[in-house]
Amino acid sequence: MIIKGKVWKFGDHINTDDIIAARYLNTTDVRELAAHCMETIAPDFSKKIAKDDIIVAGENFGCGSSREHAPLAIKGCGISVVVAKSFARIFFRNAINIGLPIIEIPFADKISQGDILEVNFDSGIIVNLTNGEKGTFMKYPEFLQQIIKSGGLMSWVKEKYIR
Amino acid sequence: MTITEKILSVHAGLKEVIPGQFIEANVDLVLANDITGPLAIEEFTKLGMNKVFDPTKIVLVPDHFTPCKDIRSAEMVKVLRNFAKKYSVRFYEIGKVGIEHALLPEQGLISAGDLIIGADSHTCTYGALGAFSTGVGSTDVAFAMITGKIWLKVPPTIKFVYKGRCGKYVGGKDIILYTIGKIGVDGARYRAMEFTGEAIDGLSMDDRLTICNMAIEAGGKNGIIAPDSITEEFLLTSGANTGTFYRSDEDAEYENIIEIDAGAIEPQVSAPHLPSNAKNVREFSSVSIDQVVIGSCTNGRISDLRKAAMIAKGRSVHPEVRTIIIPATRKVYQQALREGLIDIFVESGCVISPPTCGPCLGGHMGVLGKGEVAIATTNRNFIGRMGHPESMVYLSNPEVAMASAILGKISHPDEVQK
Repeated sequence: MIIKGKVWKFGDHINTDDIIAARYLNTTDVRELAAHCMETIAPDFSKKIAKDDIIVAGENFGCGSSREHAPLAIKGCGISVVVAKSFARIFFRNAINIGLPIIEIPFADKISQGDILEVNFDSGIIVNLTNGEKGTFMKYPEFLQQIIKSGGLMSWVKEKYIR
Repeated sequence: MTITEKILSVHAGLKEVIPGQFIEANVDLVLANDITGPLAIEEFTKLGMNKVFDPTKIVLVPDHFTPCKDIRSAEMVKVLRNFAKKYSVRFYEIGKVGIEHALLPEQGLISAGDLIIGADSHTCTYGALGAFSTGVGSTDVAFAMITGKIWLKVPPTIKFVYKGRCGKYVGGKDIILYTIGKIGVDGARYRAMEFTGEAIDGLSMDDRLTICNMAIEAGGKNGIIAPDSITEEFLLTSGANTGTFYRSDEDAEYENIIEIDAGAIEPQVSAPHLPSNAKNVREFSSVSIDQVVIGSCTNGRISDLRKAAMIAKGRSVHPEVRTIIIPATRKVYQQALREGLIDIFVESGCVISPPTCGPCLGGHMGVLGKGEVAIATTNRNFIGRMGHPESMVYLSNPEVAMASAILGKISHPDEVQK
């Protein structure tokens, strides 16, 4: 799978209240959650982005609450992949479980707002088409790949546990 | 092995586990609330499931937006209520409900050595009882309700050794804020945080619950304290099975060992917008406040209310400060009534809220307007956490919060005791 999109750049410790404020958690409607994605720190984010755009952030992306509404909101507004130096652990597992692609790379600092990235999930290579820089990212461990390959945790449970 | 590794290996049916290993472990308890539960139930229903793995091991606690703040919250709680009825799982109705992480230990649902998952990040609280306990997502809860299992990566452990004894007006909250200040909001990312040492041994269960509650604010997977006689007494009083008391081996491997002199810790305050912005309370003496919140899964237990009441007794809160007291559970509320604490609070001009997470996450019962400043005994001070994106939250222990309510600005408790 190859994804190409424009970068929306964020800093370190972007928390789940930044991604989707608690006042919007009285619904499970993904479209509605998506409409308020990143609103607190980037007003009108969901209106500004195009399908397949990419979030790039620093350390500890998604820290804070366990709300799965956060990766759902990101996925729901059309973001194709989140690239960060590191992820908070509950956000990480939620993203894997719901099938939102996320990638950890140490060189996220070198990527700027508005750059165009091409992410190749098969080869594990990221190319910054704006400045020509290239980098590789680690594939997930085998266990997580199985869940991802199934299409998320619920598909995996169906394959493995419910016959 | 460490205590965390021992509990995980037993629940994975393995002789031993090592950090980094992926396991599928059996869970003893699965928790969800009115925000995360409906999503889990949606996933469960989408799969066409018609039974849960074990109704006695699932608990639904509508505590975040309850008593329901609006029509949509009421609809979400209805989803939980209907599910609970259909599958005979435990559900706490208004009148009996409390803040989940205060409620479950109090109700005797947690035993030492258990493995608990909850779709709430502060599920790490129960490590104070010598259990492995961690926050997960809604889909994880759906998965666990079906299979009784959770996938986990075994975390490396950081051991924290607290020497000395806590001083006056210093408790679990100050220890954890100080620690997060030292290591940062990702200082224990993906790590087990094992809290040990003389200072921890000397702390009440309420203080220990406060410490483990905030392990997530350092990015921790779980916080844990080896069970002792204080744990045993708490478990027996709550009517729980005492469970299995695990301890880390003498030769257990730690990724890091951090020593902290607890005797040197002053009451701490964390400035906006990260819990790691912790400093001595006296460094904030010029900060005026509009609101004080004393409650939450972090500091809404009876000993927290006792500490706050001791400061409030015979005094009035500042005329320009709204002070909201939230007993975390019905039992805490009743006990506070019996001890006359509620009377002290009302007399001094505080308002008492029913048990709810409410303002902690900017839900209801005390949301902040633009530019307003609060000091709260809660756990997060992210941008807009308690309301308007331009409001500010400072975090502290209950004595500091009440002293600040009385003086109208962030204050050390000894300033009102003069």
